[in-house]
Amino acid sequence: MDLRLGHLYPELMSTYGDRGNILTLLRRAEWRGLRLHVDGIGLGERPDPAAYDLYFFGGGQDREQAVVAADLVSHKGAALREAAEAGAVMLAVCGGYQLLGREFRTGSGAVLPGIGLLDAWTVAGERRNIGNVVVRCPWDAARRTLVGFENHSGKTYLGPGCAPLGLVAVGAGNNGEDRTEGAVYRDVYACYLHGSLLPKNAWFADHLLHRALVRRYGAGVPFPPLDDRLEEAAHQAILARVQQVGRAAVSVQ
Amino acid sequence: MSLSTQHSARSADWRLAGAVLAGRAASALSRRLGRGGGTVIAGHVVPRLAPDALSRLSAALPDGVVLVSGTNGKTTTARLLAQVLDASGRRVVHNRAGANLLTGIVSALAQAADTRGRPRADVGLFEVDEATLPRALPPTRPRVVVLTNIFRDQLDRYGEVHYVAAIWRRALAALPPGATLVLNADDPLVASLGAVHPGPVLYYGVAVPALATPGLSHAADARLCPVCGAPLAYARSYYGHLGAYRCSACPFARPTPAVVAVEPVQLGPAQTRFQVDTPAGALRLTLPLPGLYNVYNALAATAGGLALGAAPTAVAAGLARVSAAFGRLERIAVGDRAVSLALVKNPVGCTEVLRTLTTDPAPKTLLVAINDLFADGTDVSWLWDADFELLGGQVACAVCSGTRAADMALRLKYALVAPERLLVEPDVARALQQALARTPVGGTLHVLPTYTALLALREALRRQGAVAGFWED
Repeated sequence: MDLRLGHLYPELMSTYGDRGNILTLLRRAEWRGLRLHVDGIGLGERPDPAAYDLYFFGGGQDREQAVVAADLVSHKGAALREAAEAGAVMLAVCGGYQLLGREFRTGSGAVLPGIGLLDAWTVAGERRNIGNVVVRCPWDAARRTLVGFENHSGKTYLGPGCAPLGLVAVGAGNNGEDRTEGAVYRDVYACYLHGSLLPKNAWFADHLLHRALVRRYGAGVPFPPLDDRLEEAAHQAILARVQQVGRAAVSVQ
Repeated sequence: MSLSTQHSARSADWRLAGAVLAGRAASALSRRLGRGGGTVIAGHVVPRLAPDALSRLSAALPDGVVLVSGTNGKTTTARLLAQVLDASGRRVVHNRAGANLLTGIVSALAQAADTRGRPRADVGLFEVDEATLPRALPPTRPRVVVLTNIFRDQLDRYGEVHYVAAIWRRALAALPPGATLVLNADDPLVASLGAVHPGPVLYYGVAVPALATPGLSHAADARLCPVCGAPLAYARSYYGHLGAYRCSACPFARPTPAVVAVEPVQLGPAQTRFQVDTPAGALRLTLPLPGLYNVYNALAATAGGLALGAAPTAVAAGLARVSAAFGRLERIAVGDRAVSLALVKNPVGCTEVLRTLTTDPAPKTLLVAINDLFADGTDVSWLWDADFELLGGQVACAVCSGTRAADMALRLKYALVAPERLLVEPDVARALQQALARTPVGGTLHVLPTYTALLALREALRRQGAVAGFWED
């Protein structure tokens, strides 16, 4: 059984270890006898909305993000919105998260339009939020935790059209004000969590894979558990570390 | 000079001399009490007593100051350059052991000063942390500044590569007009700084297509033109974003380096032989360090040495006798095994260490020690951008240690190292013992630590009597 993943702007938006997310999905598929095909979707390309089961959109540096924003709106927005409505699974981190929203308002007042796939908007904040993050996911039946590392000055606010990915136990999250982190809409998941996100949150990586599999092959698709002792240990190690040192050793910008 | 000016000049001399003495006393006390290497404590004490110490001590050096900065390669380049300058007959005051903030520079000068506060050296050679360059430039008034590269590093401290390029661009406005700026032509972010300096600019680079790959690695950070923001087109790249590039929109392109490595280059497991063309003629060099990234460091040292007036023979002689710097493929004997320490801190640097390590395909015992303290970088996401996949099937056993031992074990699992070959032991000293026990007799334990883990390991090795404390470099 095969799945296809479209990796948006792999060269420009891959600054913060986000590649680890693709690698995790690839391996966890492989270890179950599944094949995950990964295609890069770059500047100037117009993807077919039905071409991919999963999409990944990572973070980038400010300069690169501005270039990507223009291309995203002109060449990809409609296709991605259509894919999301049709139930495609998406994971967007940091810059990718911001650009899936309605807009990003910079410190100088300029407005960078996003594609409005998520009912969320971002404004430039005064301080950078940097450190370990622990969130609990209200949409998960078992309300499991996600652990990661945030590094962003953008503050994102959610409208009524989407729900938070997690509620913050440790960290700043979306804006440092309302204790939300990330966003969920249909099967689109977005957040500020690096780390990389998926390796230490194996249940969530499997959730993404499983949702995509079920959509393509139906609810009876086999999806055996893997030996996740190392993943669990790494997840627990972060929970222990934030107890020890708070979010992180002092880091000021 | 009026009497009162003479008087204040003399009292300033005395104040400086006194400050230097106090700094040196603090250093000696620190070492005697066993509280670390005493490398920078003088650097805290001296400026408090004589705020202009750095500029006065720098100005007292007959051959002036050379500064070396960059993301990767500062320590090794500075060490290579120190050997070149030494071979050219100059006495060098050099901030060793990576003490590369202002405190480290002042401390080095204080340690080398006589009782009257005058440095017993001809030239000051200082490696400088990227974010410290703007503050180090004005007081030291360097004759030469060497900039090696800008890579993504410790995103929680420096933010992005464009940030470092921007602060350097501003800092270079303070470069004395007669100073020589030595720049890596193969790094577009660094090369673009040449336009900032009205004085001499000396570029170095590599022109060996056999060592290059078409296209860019996934970890490349500079794909957009630093001048106009349009995409850069690369004919070939050597590692990271170093290569032959030109802008797709504006005239910006790789400048032709005057100091350039040409074919043939022989990359060996312990040394490199290569030829460098320079304005002073062609040099055939033997460098006792492996890896293409060390060729770049040697080129930087060659260019820096030539800019300071070293003869080509001194360059060749100096480079030939270098030994690895603290934690940079440093080899240490421990009983009947060897330990090789290679500092890792960012994706490109780590990938190059792994590439160099795996040129010998024999199975290896590894100790990877990843800490997330402030000096290491608190965000370890970079591990997922480093190419641990290069380890292939070469891992006999990997001990994962440090505060992020569990993250590291996970990284190796996803790099397809069999979980049964992985051991997780967060305590670095214990991990070292376990890793040594699993290293075959006569074999080498390859250690890849982040910065604070390196310090801890060095200390553990020292206590075993294996190596001198790093301040005795």
